Amino acid sequence: MFSVQQGNHMTISAANLRRALFSLLLLAFCANAPAFAAAGSAGAMPWWGWPLSLFVVCFFLGIVAVPAGVGGGVLFVPIVGGFFPFHLDFVRGGGLMVALASALAASPGLLRLGLASLRLALPLSLLVAVSQIAGAMLGLILPAAIAQTALGVIILGIVALMWTAKKAEVPGIQKADPLSAALRINGIFHDTARGQDIEWLVHRTPMALVTFVFIGILAGMFGLGAGWANVPTLNLLMGVPLKVAAGSSSLILSMTSSAAWVYINQGAILPMIVVPSVIGMMMGAMIGVRLLRVVKASAIRQMVIGMLLFAGLRALLKGLGIWL
Amino acid sequence: MTDPHKYASPEQLRYAKVLSLGVQTGFLILVVSFILYMAGVLTPLVPVDQLPNYWGLSASEFAKATGTPTGWAWLALIGKGDVLNLLGIVVLASVSAVSTLAVLPIFARRGDWAHVAISVLLVLVLAVSAANVLH
Repeated sequence: MFSVQQGNHMTISAANLRRALFSLLLLAFCANAPAFAAAGSAGAMPWWGWPLSLFVVCFFLGIVAVPAGVGGGVLFVPIVGGFFPFHLDFVRGGGLMVALASALAASPGLLRLGLASLRLALPLSLLVAVSQIAGAMLGLILPAAIAQTALGVIILGIVALMWTAKKAEVPGIQKADPLSAALRINGIFHDTARGQDIEWLVHRTPMALVTFVFIGILAGMFGLGAGWANVPTLNLLMGVPLKVAAGSSSLILSMTSSAAWVYINQGAILPMIVVPSVIGMMMGAMIGVRLLRVVKASAIRQMVIGMLLFAGLRALLKGLGIWL
Repeated sequence: MTDPHKYASPEQLRYAKVLSLGVQTGFLILVVSFILYMAGVLTPLVPVDQLPNYWGLSASEFAKATGTPTGWAWLALIGKGDVLNLLGIVVLASVSAVSTLAVLPIFARRGDWAHVAISVLLVLVLAVSAANVLH
């Protein structure tokens, strides 16, 4: 194990910490090698090995999720779906609960700091909540092979999006569109990096509302959470400052539990999968927040893109029956 | 950063307060119920050592094979170790709707009827999805 010391002296350089983090991730995956090798043949490991493996994997996913700027769900579903013996229904249910729990834990603090906007999130959440129900119901009736294949394609699409997406720290919209003006969607936050308060407005609200309907369907269908799509839409399309976009994305995730309800009601939430995952991810995220201060976020992001590429290919090949 | 009202509106602060309380309650229930489940204090509906035989099935096949209740029927089996865990999950899934209801009076007092309507619709959508009336 390692410790991070801050203050007068730092005992571990960022490069060493990156290496240590990467080694630990490899170790976590190696520790679970029997589980991965036996995917599909549940008898190869005692029952308690699975929730323990899930906890360990989710703990490390939680560590990298925060610096990489992604929610837990988008990492959880392809990795657990690809390498654990659980049916995709339970994996998607678990993914939705992991995404929901992470967003719920973060949202109160973000709201108090003005880094998430309730006025911005409310109308978007309404549309996402409705479309998530349709997505979740569709996801639960899709044959597993088709769902796996589609998941692989979506994950590879997310990899392309993460690789190419630009970011605008503070887009500086000068004129709000009529709808956002009527709903008074605007705000102010303190940017500690710049040392100043930043006021913001949004534009293209009707186009964003339509986009969020599609995001909700995909999120509900695959249990992915939606931070990977929310943040670029809020930031690049609506012109929300990046920090507020990330915070409001989390708030939207926390407000839209409709898909989770569909999975709960269909019996697709298995406590033995959900609880170790949620606890592991939350504990990992606490360390991830600390790591964010000492490691280069872009390096973690590249590593996560690599993990998603691998997991996306695995889901695609598993769905096509090439790599079972 | 001394005045919280500079960066967060009164409705945001109330939403955050209710949400924080609900999330802490939900996590506490989730962790305690899982400890009870793992420790075998309460007999589970599906024995833990039998789970690997079933978790590769789809949700509907799993429910049929194990007799796991769907919808809200789990409430009748809340004394079972595994079913009890759903209580914490349900609290976490409900807390945003409760927080949204808590800010309604603030929107209404200000005459902000657009946000009152959006909030009510959001809570209705969540209630419909929770009520298990959609099939």
